[in-house]
Amino acid sequence: MVKINGKEYQYENKQLSAILSELNYDRERVAVEINEEIVPKVCYDITILKDGDIVEVVSFVGGG
Amino acid sequence: MIPTRDEFYNALIERHGAENQKKFDRATVAICGLGGLGSNIAICLARAGVGKLILIDFDKVDISNLHRQQYKADQVGMPKPEALSNNLKEINPYIIIETHNVKVTEENVIELTKEADIVCEAFDKAENKAMLVNAILENAPDKYLVSSSGMAGFGSSNLIKTKKISKRFFLSGDSVSDVNDGIGLISSRVMVCAAHEAHMALRILMGEATV
Repeated sequence: MVKINGKEYQYENKQLSAILSELNYDRERVAVEINEEIVPKVCYDITILKDGDIVEVVSFVGGG
Repeated sequence: MIPTRDEFYNALIERHGAENQKKFDRATVAICGLGGLGSNIAICLARAGVGKLILIDFDKVDISNLHRQQYKADQVGMPKPEALSNNLKEINPYIIIETHNVKVTEENVIELTKEADIVCEAFDKAENKAMLVNAILENAPDKYLVSSSGMAGFGSSNLIKTKKISKRFFLSGDSVSDVNDGIGLISSRVMVCAAHEAHMALRILMGEATV
């Protein structure tokens, strides 16, 4: 089990980039932290979630 | 008659306390984007007596900005950093301001903001917000970062909140109100969000990095 923005998912052992697509996030508009550490964009494809990971996906919308 | 630096500083100490004022006075805050968010954040921080602001925007003041951004009609056509710097100096003549009339990119953001204790993200486009946040979190992890997402439209201002995402990263806004949904940007709601960012910056400077 992993937590993404407070919600539980069975995404352990799954690639971060695949999860982001599955949850309909646009990778150009997000910042992702796993256990409070930023995941560099170049690492989305090689980052595999582990059981117990706490993930925050900050997805930006326009306006300012 | 413009107050002296001591008079100005003492009036701030009366409101904020000497200890806090010393922290504000010694601080440098970078504001990336000087539109509805950034120009209002700058005004709040200049009034609070933050010692130095780094103002960054590539754009010029446009007539379409006047409904929500802190510029004046006779400043249309001026570079935003210069126009805002002039306005801030009228409010607080003792503030130190560094201006950069450039577009913030992944390549220059770390250099532009290197002196800042706190970086306030105040861009308009979602992709630019994400770029700045990723660049700071990846390459300048010791800085505090205050960003924003979701403040367009006439929705309730009570939906705008500040969240602590991680130790040094804060996010203001309602997270969902996208200007690209055709709901426009309304001065009062953008100002609420800007005030959230500015207030978070002051709390961080006071040593209260909590929401």
